[in-house]
Amino acid sequence: MRRLVYLACALLMIAQPRLSLAQGSGPTPELANRQLADPAKEKAASQVMHALRCIQCQGQSIADSDAPMAATMRAEVRQQIADGKKPDAIRQWMIERYGEWVSFEPDMKGSGLLLWAAPLLLLLLALFMARGLFRRKS
Amino acid sequence: MNRPWLLWLPLAVVAFIGGLAIYGLVVPKDDMVHSAMVGRKLPEFSLPPATEGVEGLSSRDLADGKPRLLNIFASWCIPCKAEAPYLEALKKSGAEIDAIAIRDKPEDVAAFLSEFGNPFRRIGSDSEMGVQLKLGSSGVPETYIIGGDGTILYQHIGDIRAEHVPMLLEKLQEAG
Repeated sequence: MRRLVYLACALLMIAQPRLSLAQGSGPTPELANRQLADPAKEKAASQVMHALRCIQCQGQSIADSDAPMAATMRAEVRQQIADGKKPDAIRQWMIERYGEWVSFEPDMKGSGLLLWAAPLLLLLLALFMARGLFRRKS
Repeated sequence: MNRPWLLWLPLAVVAFIGGLAIYGLVVPKDDMVHSAMVGRKLPEFSLPPATEGVEGLSSRDLADGKPRLLNIFASWCIPCKAEAPYLEALKKSGAEIDAIAIRDKPEDVAAFLSEFGNPFRRIGSDSEMGVQLKLGSSGVPETYIIGGDGTILYQHIGDIRAEHVPMLLEKLQEAG
């Protein structure tokens, strides 16, 4: 019985459609998967890549995603870091193309501000609701 | 209980959360990533021809004074096949269409054009998707309206269907 289950699993794995077929084929940009020679620059690039959202597989960062578009975006980030651009300027460069959506670190303005302020607001609300507990019994 | 209104607070909270849930169900979700480049000048680029017998595409070709459509497609993309007749219809109505082929091979592009027709003036090959990234484009197919001065005026995400043809023609007309 167990063997049958294993066999079924193996068949299912083989039967999986090749996703790469649905993404065309082309050269992967050189810097997509090759680290920068300077460790400090690579570290900066890596931080930027972890904070940018992949356009194709929307929940992942471009550092984690294997999608072709993520590869292109990684190469762009590394190239701009190598050219001496500041991480924040690169983040802005991406936002200029895809909007706030592309960043995992929303700016402190508009609805983003609410997001940042929410913990503080909730804490104040909790203190207000619990204020009776701090009062000395008379 | 000296504050009877407090009794209603939990109900209000639950009603608010329920309202959010209903809102999420009723209002259609927009999963598309829109380009933030609309209203701005095309980025500079120069792409080689996507296959034999066609001309490549550069940003300068798109800023020669005449508004036109820029179609982002690929031979491996199924909705691109579905929109082919409507691109043909747009061309017949007088629209000039340039194209960028994404991650494609010359022989595949040639086969695609011979099967589904070639409504394009020029076709550039963006094999590494670098130009697609600069355009703020998130997938295939997409169709942009480019003004005569090379400004990106409009982005249509997804395949062009019959109902989009008059809208695109109208916007193209408005462009000049």
